[in-house]
Amino acid sequence: MRVLVLAGRRLAASIPTLVLILIGVFLLLQFAPGDTVDAMMAQMGGGDAATARDLRRFYGLDLSVWAQLGNYLWRLVRFDLGFSAIYGKPVATVIAERLPVTILLMTASLSLAFFFGLILGVIAARGVNRWPDTLISTLGLVFYAMPTFWFGLMAIVVFAIYLQWLPAGGFEDITIAHTGLSRTFDIAQHLVLPTLTLGLFYMAIYLRIMRGSMLEVLNLDFVRTARAKGMDETRVVVRHVLRNALLPMVTLIGLQAGTMLGGSVVVESVFSLPGLGRLAYESVVQRDLNTLLGIVFVSALLVITINFIVDLLYARLDPRITTGA
Amino acid sequence: MDMTRRAALLTSAAIAANVLNPMRSFAQATPRKGGVFTVHYGAEQRQLNPSLQASTGVYIIGGKIQEQLVDLDAAGQPVGVLAESWEAAPDGKTITFKLRKGVSWHDGKPFTSADVQFTAMEMWKKILNYGTTLQLFLTAVDTPDPLTAVFRYERPMPLALLLRALPDLGYISPRHLYEGKGDIRQNPVNLAPVGTGPFKFVTYERGQHVIADRNADYWRQNAPYLDRIVWRVVTDRAAAAAQMEAGQIHYSPFSGLTISDSARLAKDPRFIVSTKGNEGNARTNTVEFNIRRKELADIRVRQAIAHALDIPFFIENFLGDFAKRGTGPVPSVSTDFYPADNGPQYPFDKKLSAKLLDEAGFKAGAGGTRFSLRLLPAPWGEDISLFATFIQQSLSEVGIKIEVVRTDGGGFLKQVYDDHAFDLATGWHQYRNDPAVSTTVWYRSGQPKGAPWTNQWGWTDPTIDKIIDDAATEVDVAKRKALYGDFVRRANTELPIWTPIEQIFLTVINAKARNHSNTPRWGSSSWHDLWLAE
Repeated sequence: MRVLVLAGRRLAASIPTLVLILIGVFLLLQFAPGDTVDAMMAQMGGGDAATARDLRRFYGLDLSVWAQLGNYLWRLVRFDLGFSAIYGKPVATVIAERLPVTILLMTASLSLAFFFGLILGVIAARGVNRWPDTLISTLGLVFYAMPTFWFGLMAIVVFAIYLQWLPAGGFEDITIAHTGLSRTFDIAQHLVLPTLTLGLFYMAIYLRIMRGSMLEVLNLDFVRTARAKGMDETRVVVRHVLRNALLPMVTLIGLQAGTMLGGSVVVESVFSLPGLGRLAYESVVQRDLNTLLGIVFVSALLVITINFIVDLLYARLDPRITTGA
Repeated sequence: MDMTRRAALLTSAAIAANVLNPMRSFAQATPRKGGVFTVHYGAEQRQLNPSLQASTGVYIIGGKIQEQLVDLDAAGQPVGVLAESWEAAPDGKTITFKLRKGVSWHDGKPFTSADVQFTAMEMWKKILNYGTTLQLFLTAVDTPDPLTAVFRYERPMPLALLLRALPDLGYISPRHLYEGKGDIRQNPVNLAPVGTGPFKFVTYERGQHVIADRNADYWRQNAPYLDRIVWRVVTDRAAAAAQMEAGQIHYSPFSGLTISDSARLAKDPRFIVSTKGNEGNARTNTVEFNIRRKELADIRVRQAIAHALDIPFFIENFLGDFAKRGTGPVPSVSTDFYPADNGPQYPFDKKLSAKLLDEAGFKAGAGGTRFSLRLLPAPWGEDISLFATFIQQSLSEVGIKIEVVRTDGGGFLKQVYDDHAFDLATGWHQYRNDPAVSTTVWYRSGQPKGAPWTNQWGWTDPTIDKIIDDAATEVDVAKRKALYGDFVRRANTELPIWTPIEQIFLTVINAKARNHSNTPRWGSSSWHDLWLAE
């Protein structure tokens, strides 16, 4: 119950921010020349002025900017995200179709980054300034410095084209209809390269943070005490050091959930994945304001949720931090 | 610069090798039944019904599911699809189509003249882009019996024009799924099309794929060969090339890959890279002048700009062998309308260019600059972007400073065609088999503001207006051709738009495909005879 109250309070506190973001995005897009009907005409390869006028009236684009904004906010109050001009469906449906792919990709990449970042960070910290540390740190630097799209394309060249081990793109194999477990396996296979592409950059960050905070905690008094008590080294690392060193990592996850949504635009394009990132990009190009605002709204909710979970984790990891109530 | 040049030369050689050997794909003899053909789908559309939207993005899917009255055969001549024969009255005001017997829609309902009537009156005449112009004077479609459709026009409609236009603007939709079902534009059938074609629509997953399966009851015997067609949505061009190499995609139409990837795949025996099968999709690169600018209103300035660009150099170094020098608004692949004499051309001559600018009274000021212009390149195609940079550099050498303003599609159309906020624009003009379909509107005055791809240059010329109007209703084939010869010469003389480069879209296709590229608009055609070798 306490958790629910907290969640509600958090959400309520974020609403003004959310509204400001939506208004900001809405107004920002008004500065770009052209609207969704212009984008539509570009796609059609022609059309006359009367058609354009009809379409503008149909999509409510003949109203003033403030009237459009007012309409939008009023719809939002009633939990209606509006109708997408490009997709011909309610925005909520369009987003619901795309969200699972992005969430799957984000979860997989974050898990990969977190898990291997943690392990490699610990190994590096334990062997500081010796060869494991040098190797891992160099590797981390390489992944950190490499552009995501370039890594993605190289991975395709090596694993999909040259070795033919993994598919070059898409979410699942559509030429053969898979069901049940074989479909799960098929999707997993398609997600290997995108996950690596998106995850390795974050793994490099986590690895460095983990290494740094491990080194810091290892030098603290309570670790020395634990060792003095004669506790064996593995227990010291797992029970005392790791738990404390994890705090900055968890902070980062919350911060980076938003960045990752941005990063997924590139990965989803390179691997032709039907996710939220690409949807956002296409909505900008097509001037599909409703869809774009819907995505901003859903992404913001996503980030708020993740941060909330992070807060709860904090309390678990460090009893000194309370969830307050 | 040197590297670009060398790479481009390699490109040309490789592509030439394939263009010169087009028969390679027809080597294997007996067609094989079965197989899944996968297609690169670069830009998703808002709907898939070609009776409502004339664009290759719709034909590439909808054209396999729905059929038109008439298509073009291998020689580029009209051939009946849903129509078996046609006849025009001598005054050109009545055109009668006899329809094919025993054709049914994918939902089992019979195809009749009522479908033709409904589609022509409610879709072509009211909604279809270019269709609304083409069918402006269509007053009624009579249906004396289920297999006869009589088109009645207020003014003479040249039969040759209609037959050239119908392959693109003549797709038929099922009346029973549209009539009385509300707004045609919002009908859900538009995204799950029902037709009479060789393939039946199965599913459309936005952002992922479209699937169509073979129509077992298709009216052509033993067709189609393929079991299924899958269009994969791949917006990133490099990713599309990778998927072609990995065997996940068989065909990338309409220059869907980058110039460098196409050149690379041309050297790989697993792929065929060629312009064949796209002759009906010829396009010219354009330089559009905003005549409202006082400098550009002077014809000497327009001529000077044309003379300042070394087009053969640009083609050789950036576009390779599949582009050539353009001669006018009607491209050379148009066997019916290409005139023997195109009128004045504007060869590269920097001295002449400078002289013309001097004569026009725009002497070089401080720093050698005469005046500055804003150039808007259309965002479709890397060649346009390269050409914009080339124009910028070339014109700076004769003292015209160019600011290149890059926008996306919507922004480009809005600024050029609605706000007229441009001095120069550069893009493509796509030629659609007859100048009256989409070419003459670039030159005819009195176009409503905001209509894309029409004369928005502020240019008015009663002489060309008269030629265009006369040709549009001229029933005599030879006279029409002569009138369009006059049109091209007048356009090149007055130069409201310059069309310096002529290109044909490039096809990249897996060598396993057979019977491909065998009509002038193959990418848009029905693919009833396409098959995949083992």
